[in-house]
Amino acid sequence: MNTHGLTDDQKDIRSLAARFADEVVAPQAMQWDKEHRFPKEVVQQLGELGLMGVCVPQSLGGAGADFLTYALVIEELSRGDAGLGVTLAVHTGAGTLPIIARGTRQQVERLVPPLAQGHELAAFALTESNAGSDAGALTTSADNGCLTGMKQWVTNGSVAHVFIVFAKDPDRPSAFVVRRGAHGFKPVRETDKLGLNSSSTADLQLQDTPAERLGLPGAGLRIALATLDGGRIAIAAQATGIAQAALDIAVEHAKERHTFGKPIGAHQAIQQKLADMQTEIEAARALTWRAARLKDADRPHTVEGAQAKLFASSIARRVTGEAIQVLGGYGYTRELPAERYYRDAKVTEIYEGTSEIQRLVIARALLGEAARE
Amino acid sequence: MKICVLVKEVPDAAVEKRINPSTGRMDRGGERNLNPYDTHAIEAAMQVKEGGAVDVEEIIAVTMGPSTAVRALHKAVSLGADRSVHLSDDALAGSDVVATGYALAKVLERESPDLVLLGQQSDDGECYTIGAVVADYLRMPSLTQVIKMDVTPGSLRCERQAEYGYDTVEIELPAVISVGDAINEPRYPSLKAIMGAKKKPLDAVGIGDVGLEADRVGEAGSKVVCGDFKAPPQKAAGEIIEDEDTNETVEKIIAWLDERKLLA
Ligand SMILES: Cc1cc2nc3c(=O)[nH]c(=O)nc-3n(C[C@H](O)[C@H](O)[C@H](O)COP(=O)(O)OP(=O)(O)OC[C@H]3O[C@@H](n4cnc5c(N)ncnc54)[C@H](O)[C@@H]3O)c2cc1C
Ligand SMILES: Cc1cc2nc3c(=O)[nH]c(=O)nc-3n(C[C@H](O)[C@H](O)[C@H](O)COP(=O)(O)OP(=O)(O)OC[C@H]3O[C@@H](n4cnc5c(N)ncnc54)[C@H](O)[C@@H]3O)c2cc1C
Repeated sequence: MNTHGLTDDQKDIRSLAARFADEVVAPQAMQWDKEHRFPKEVVQQLGELGLMGVCVPQSLGGAGADFLTYALVIEELSRGDAGLGVTLAVHTGAGTLPIIARGTRQQVERLVPPLAQGHELAAFALTESNAGSDAGALTTSADNGCLTGMKQWVTNGSVAHVFIVFAKDPDRPSAFVVRRGAHGFKPVRETDKLGLNSSSTADLQLQDTPAERLGLPGAGLRIALATLDGGRIAIAAQATGIAQAALDIAVEHAKERHTFGKPIGAHQAIQQKLADMQTEIEAARALTWRAARLKDADRPHTVEGAQAKLFASSIARRVTGEAIQVLGGYGYTRELPAERYYRDAKVTEIYEGTSEIQRLVIARALLGEAARE
Repeated sequence: MKICVLVKEVPDAAVEKRINPSTGRMDRGGERNLNPYDTHAIEAAMQVKEGGAVDVEEIIAVTMGPSTAVRALHKAVSLGADRSVHLSDDALAGSDVVATGYALAKVLERESPDLVLLGQQSDDGECYTIGAVVADYLRMPSLTQVIKMDVTPGSLRCERQAEYGYDTVEIELPAVISVGDAINEPRYPSLKAIMGAKKKPLDAVGIGDVGLEADRVGEAGSKVVCGDFKAPPQKAAGEIIEDEDTNETVEKIIAWLDERKLLA
């Protein structure tokens, strides 16, 4: 990986995250995956190091680094374990940053410091059984400051303390903050998934649950979309990290595995695979950094974020598949992590906006009104 | 008690090291990092400070190197040093081990530390000698390759890695101790420490500030002459004994060892 153009702080924080991923995360990731275990103690360690509030201002208990640094951290941690990567991405990007952006001063000062220091975890509850890409179809409703409805597939759902919940208020959705333990609030089910088994994905029940509004009434969808604009950059970083992990193991294997009297890396077919994989990863990384830098400069980044996520998630799926191919039968077994990378990569094409939705975002910006049916 | 830790900026472990044949100096372009052994020295200092057996007022990171070496000091501070000193001067370029040790000793004299810690070897020069040279100039006892260290007021009990096993040695302070990587597991710097490192005091000094004699450092002050560089010879290919019948395999291995008189 070429770190040219990064500042000293960005490089140092990236190497901290890389070292943590190599020494603490990666060696345990296979176990977490097998046991479907959320690594609570590691999340706590991330908090102690300041990694749960990378791009949160220091005055609010964060590290005060920029968004690109945060994306670098997500990439490195995801290289070790994609589940841990999404735990952090949702906690910071989808859970903490919207409070900073839309909360009242009182809300920000009360809610953000415990999140930034990792004492508490955050989650983002938009999706429902009949409202995914079409988030406006949600039916959870607000009545007199109390929410009733069901939310689905909420990352960190079983473990978070603070939830950003979207509900009709009364016609248009608003954003709300709900605390774990509030009356009528309950995570009801952990979802059994293809991958990402170290992360919690839960369904939530809200029954007359007291909530406080975040931002203006009726601004819910705008808040959700703005949140996802940044969130997608982090998911692009996550996808890049998974792909990098797959390339690393493929390169190692290509040096060690011999067939027909030479390392498989001496066969041109394998060389070309590896060259393509690395090139795609570098391109994904470049798109991700570009989007993050625009966000840091307070410039529009909706399209760039969508492009980064669209591209990074698709190469992550391809590269992880190719890694299994380079490893042959070993790649298909659960003895090695290649198959986990493959299972984990797929979801990056789905959450925080599917690839079809990213293309929609990009095409609409290209075509303007002509894109509307 | 005051602890000085010597730290050096070296080419990153991932960079292939290369000597420029025309100058005889190492090519130091490319990514650089704090010498990994020095992170163990800083950690050792932190553990003395946190151990409570003695009262440590200050940990000071010291380096000699070009302007880029500031990065090594920032990293040392992010790992726990309270402040740092950077000796930098054009006149120092090309210093050999004796000249480097002399220059570092002059900086240390100014600080008068009770304990000097350093990595046992640098990742680039790998001379393993700076500790001894510095100690000689400072007229302090010196131990190298230390992998365990217990401090009491006024003295130090160390285990050092020896050819066979370990030596346990007790010495008086002040002393110069070079540490091996088995001594500890360096901690992770927190993001706060990384971001705050540039704000900690950094004292930039030139040769005049520390009373260095210019003719004892730099290329002119160095007696080491480097030249006639050669790549190390290729290692002969090993012999692979396939394990088809384990009894036979064992016999083959014993015969191989016996032939080389490696069995007692
Ligand atoms: C592991 C995991 C974690 C998640 N975490 C969260 C979370 O923390 N918070 C949260 O709120 N949600 C979360 N989700 C939900 C996720 O964001 C949704 O699954 C996603 O937005 C897609 O919605 P859907 O599943 O309802 O698919 P649908 O919207 O039903 O889409 C089905 C298919 O139709 C396509 N499609 C839909 N509309 C269009 C269109 N207009 N044009 C072209 N194609 C279209 C989609 O691209 C997709 O291929 C998570 C999901 C998973 C799997
Ligand atoms: C063939 C060859 C070519 C060389 N070319 C160059 C060159 O072009 N440029 C150059 O600068 N050096 C060069 N050197 C290195 C130089 O001569 C010595 O290596 C250097 O003076 C210190 O030795 P070391 O780093 O190997 O020390 P070691 O004894 O291996 O280092 C032990 C410890 O001493 C401390 N230490 C070492 N140096 C410093 C320092 N400068 N500041 C603070 N602490 C330090 C560190 O804590 C380190 O862990 C070359 C060496 C060789 C053998």
